[in-house]
Formats: sequence, C-alpha cells, structure tokens
Amino acid sequence: MQLPKLTDEKAKFLSEKAHAIRQSIIEMLIEAKSGHTAGPLDMADIFTYLYFHALKHDPKKPDWPYRDRLVLSNGHICPVLYATMAHAGYFPISELQTLRKFGSRLQGHPHREYLPMLENSSGPLGAGLSQAVGMALAERMDFGKTSDKQFVALLSDGELDEGQSWEAIMLAGKEKIGNLTVFVDRNNIQIDGFTEDIMPLNPLADKWRAFNFHVQEIDGHNFRAIDEAWVQARAVSDKPSVILANTISSKGIPEFERKWQWHGKPPTTPEEIAIARRALGIVNK
Amino acid sequence: MINPSQKLNPKLFDKDIEYAEIRKGFGDGLVKSAEIDKRVVALCADLTESTRMEAFKQKFPDRFIEIGVAEQNLASVASGMASMGKIPFITSYAMFSPGRNWEQIRTTICYNDRPVKIVGSHAGVSVGPDGGTHQAIEDIAITRVIPNMVVISPCDAIEARKATIACAKTKMPTYLRLAREKTPLITTNETPFEIGKAQVLFFSKDNKGNEIRADVGIIATGALVYKALKVAQDFEKGNDGVEIKVKVLNLSTIKPLDDDSVWRLAHETGAIVTVEEHQIAGGMGSAVAECLARHYPVPMEFVGVKDKFGQSGKPDELLEHYGMGEKDIKEAVRRVIMRKTQ
Repeated sequence: MQLPKLTDEKAKFLSEKAHAIRQSIIEMLIEAKSGHTAGPLDMADIFTYLYFHALKHDPKKPDWPYRDRLVLSNGHICPVLYATMAHAGYFPISELQTLRKFGSRLQGHPHREYLPMLENSSGPLGAGLSQAVGMALAERMDFGKTSDKQFVALLSDGELDEGQSWEAIMLAGKEKIGNLTVFVDRNNIQIDGFTEDIMPLNPLADKWRAFNFHVQEIDGHNFRAIDEAWVQARAVSDKPSVILANTISSKGIPEFERKWQWHGKPPTTPEEIAIARRALGIVNK
Repeated sequence: MINPSQKLNPKLFDKDIEYAEIRKGFGDGLVKSAEIDKRVVALCADLTESTRMEAFKQKFPDRFIEIGVAEQNLASVASGMASMGKIPFITSYAMFSPGRNWEQIRTTICYNDRPVKIVGSHAGVSVGPDGGTHQAIEDIAITRVIPNMVVISPCDAIEARKATIACAKTKMPTYLRLAREKTPLITTNETPFEIGKAQVLFFSKDNKGNEIRADVGIIATGALVYKALKVAQDFEKGNDGVEIKVKVLNLSTIKPLDDDSVWRLAHETGAIVTVEEHQIAGGMGSAVAECLARHYPVPMEFVGVKDKFGQSGKPDELLEHYGMGEKDIKEAVRRVIMRKTQ
C-alpha cells in the first residue's frame, strides 16, 4: 500500500497543529487544576503525526470498522489524546475545558463508558499493549495477513516497569504481529524521578530486540524522523515494530523540560501559569 | 421431595448416581458455543488440558491462542479481542484468573465493558492434594464486587455446559466458577437453566400433593448443592431422628442475584442456611445476606470456610475439616431453626 508522502508543506502543517494542541493541553490542565503535564506535552508531536497524517480514521464515524486502532496504554497522558481528538474533529475543542470535572466525558483517565469513541479505557499501567495485541490477533483470525489495518500502541517508558508489559511484548514477538507498531515515550522520567534511577530500563533497544521486535530509535519531536520510522515499521511484516521515541518531557515549556517533578502536576501558581502560557505563546488570557 | 418440574436426575439419591467433572461440562459447552457462533474464541494460560479447553483447541485450532503462564496478559489480550467483536473465553485456575489478574479484569474487561468470559477452574478446597495455594476460596467475593460482572457457579457438569452456552450469548463480562473433581450429576438436559434465575430443587408436599411451608430454606451453590439435597432428603425421611421440612434453592447465578427467589424463600421459611465452598466473608452467603437485610431479614447460618486457608488432603476430608460436610449443614439447619423459634 502506498503511504502518503510527508511533504515539507505537510510537515509545517503538523508542526503548527502540534503547537495548537500543546496550547490546548496546558489550558485544559490549568482549568482542571490537576493532571499530568510532562507526558502530554512531549507526546503531542507523535499524536499529531498519527491523527493528522498516518492513521486511517474518520472523526465523523468513530466506529468505522476499517479504521486503524490506536490504544493508549498510559492513560494519564490523556490530555494529549483528548486535545488531538478535539482538534481532529471528534468533539468540540471547547469541551476540553471540562477535563476531570463532574459529569465530563473527559475523565481524568480515559473511560469508554463516558467517551465511547475511545478504543479502550486505561489508567492502571502496563495493560495497553496486551489489548493492542489482542485486537491484532482477532483481526488476523478474520482476515489472515491480507488486512492492512494498523494497530498502534502508545506506551510510556515508566510503565515498562510493569511485568505485564513484557508478557505482552513476549506474545507479540511469538505471534510475529507485523501490523503492530508500538511507540514508547522515552522521556526518561516517571513520578518518583528519572527512570534510570527508579528502575533502569537500558539497554532498552536491546531488550526489545531480544523479544523479537523490529526496533528503531528516533527523535520524537522531528516529524521527518517520525515519518521515516513509521514507513519503516509498516514495511516490516514478519515481526512487530517498536519506535523508541526520544522525547523531552514537558516539551514546549523550557522551564519545565526534562524535570521529572512535572510528571504528575499542572501549573497552578500564577507564576507557573504565566511561564507556561508565555512559553506556548498563549496571549489574551 | 425432589421438585418434579426440575426434571432432575432420577438416580439422584441412588448409590450408583453418575459423576462427571464440572470443568468437563464447560469444555463441552465451549465447543457447542463455538459451533453456534464463530465469534467465540478461546485463550489459555498454559493449562489447556486441565481446564478442559483441549477439545476446543483440537476442533478450532485457528480460534485458540496460547498465552503462556501470564494471566494478566490473558485477561487484557482477551479484552482486545472482544473489542474487535470476538467473544473470548479465558481459562486458568481460579486462583490465578481471577486471582492474580483481578485488576486487569476490573479495568480492561469490566470497566472497559468487554464481553470476556473468565473461566476459573479448580475453585474450592476440593482441588485437594495441590494444597492451599491452589484452592481458590475468595474468587466469588472478588468477582461479584466488580460492576458489570456476572458470576455463575454451576452445580454439576450439565449445568456448567448450559451456563457456558448461555453466557456466550450475552454481552456481559462473566465469571464462571468451576470445580476440579468429578461430582454427582444433579440435573439433566431437561432441567431449566437461565442466567439470573435460582431454581427450587427440593420442597415438601402433603398427602394431597399440595406444597407445604418448609421449616428452613437452604441456598446452595456449586458442587455442594448435592450435599444440601442429601441433607434435605435425610431430614424429610427423619433419618437423624428428627423430621425437618427443607426447601433447597440452587443459586447458580450469584450475580445478578435472584432477589425475588431469595426473599420469598426467607418469607416462607423464616430461616436460611447458605452453603458454598468459599470463604464465608464476601461469598454467596454474603450476597444472600445483603439481599435479606434489605428485603426480609431472618435468622441465617453460613456454611463455608471460616477465614482460613486450605491445605493438602482428599476433597471430602477437606470439606469436612473446613466445616462444609453434610454434618455441618445439618448442624446449621438445627441451629437456625432454634434461633427462629427462640
């Protein structure tokens, strides 16, 4: 199948879209007064690439059976999921301001009962890849290898501490699921500190390779690199792919970047809010 | 007397009553379900033979996934398959699924509202020699507490087959609790079964054939239903020097609870004994107590495990040691009647 080319013009469009999504994320968090900052901001480029370039989907028909499936495993970064979906047209951007509020469809961690257009509910870590593998296995039962439906699982690096992650990695390798692509948000932080201090993951690429994955390491903020990796991953059909996306936590707000303290809190003080808005070019607030 | 409308096994109280494995009834039902509906798939965590999934695997190899010894993955992979329209059955020992993978069942199956059927084999102390690590006696408590979940504990192999076929037809996440040992065949193919409906298996009639009020109601689930019936029969015949009229309810669906049947039995008898191969805390008896406390409180006695872990032994000696033998049921009946008349 011919994949759409990432023209310079499209790359520029994606870059602008990702910026708008980051603005939405920070406004949601400021309004909600709780939630996670680092992961949503650092995954904005990959979410933008997937929803606005790579995935086959239709915001007007969320249950279109032929859509590609995107499974968010680390549900706590849902502000980026919600913001991207809103910008893609799944629901009004104004609804983003209801995040984490009573009665909102935008629960603190994604819940299908409230927002049925989600592929999965998530929050407790380590279970998303299992679900994506199950989806791909079901697809293979029905259509063999003729299906070109893509299954994408988005994982954090911290959740690789969970044993279940490796149970799923083992199964995907065993079953040689060629239409599965995993993105790992390699931002090197988790709630308590830096991943390599809390529970070292390196050599991470070697670990995935040993489990029979096709492994790529990329700059997770470079659309050209993301695109090349996606095209590569699509070309590999005899094993699952993982893209270890090196990201900068809290990307877009230099004062918050690479600081694990921003994993699980939003800007709340007037100073923090001003820093965040200034960095993201949010005016008139 | 045996409730004739239930069409139970005519050899119910004969010495040569047939025995069969409840888990084998599940295995047969799974194959039948798969023949009826091609969406039915099966996943196992390295216990295909002993959870009686082998026949399905032989017949439908393309619809079977071996997950390996990884029960957490088992639950969530099944959730993913269900989201693509499959009706997955997952099996392991009850101690491991829903024991080890409870959170995955809660989040990725029930919270996610995916119709996965969780089949826990080797439940109860009657697993026997494997010992306490393998004897799931907390599984009813941890499954019935999860919203969306249906919990079924069949009384014999035939009911297990019917329950399997029935739950494959619903969109509900379901826990099906199975025992390891061969147990007496109580029901027949003609015995009615419906998810959510308790059945009266034993009651009393006068000489004219009119049903008369029983002195006590026994509500039993799983393989111990047979012991409850034997107790009812003994009391009816006065074998222990006393005649007591007992009505026996087979509560195979623990959730959703058949509230009507439960409180009506309490209303009729004024005294209830619950019988289950499970911890008393949080189990079927607790579900019955929750119902009766709301609708019609009466004296209750609970036959089950009293806050202990199991151990190695023969099934019957373990049942007696942990207070779930016929003798214990009879004592509970006498106690509850005494309490009601005090």
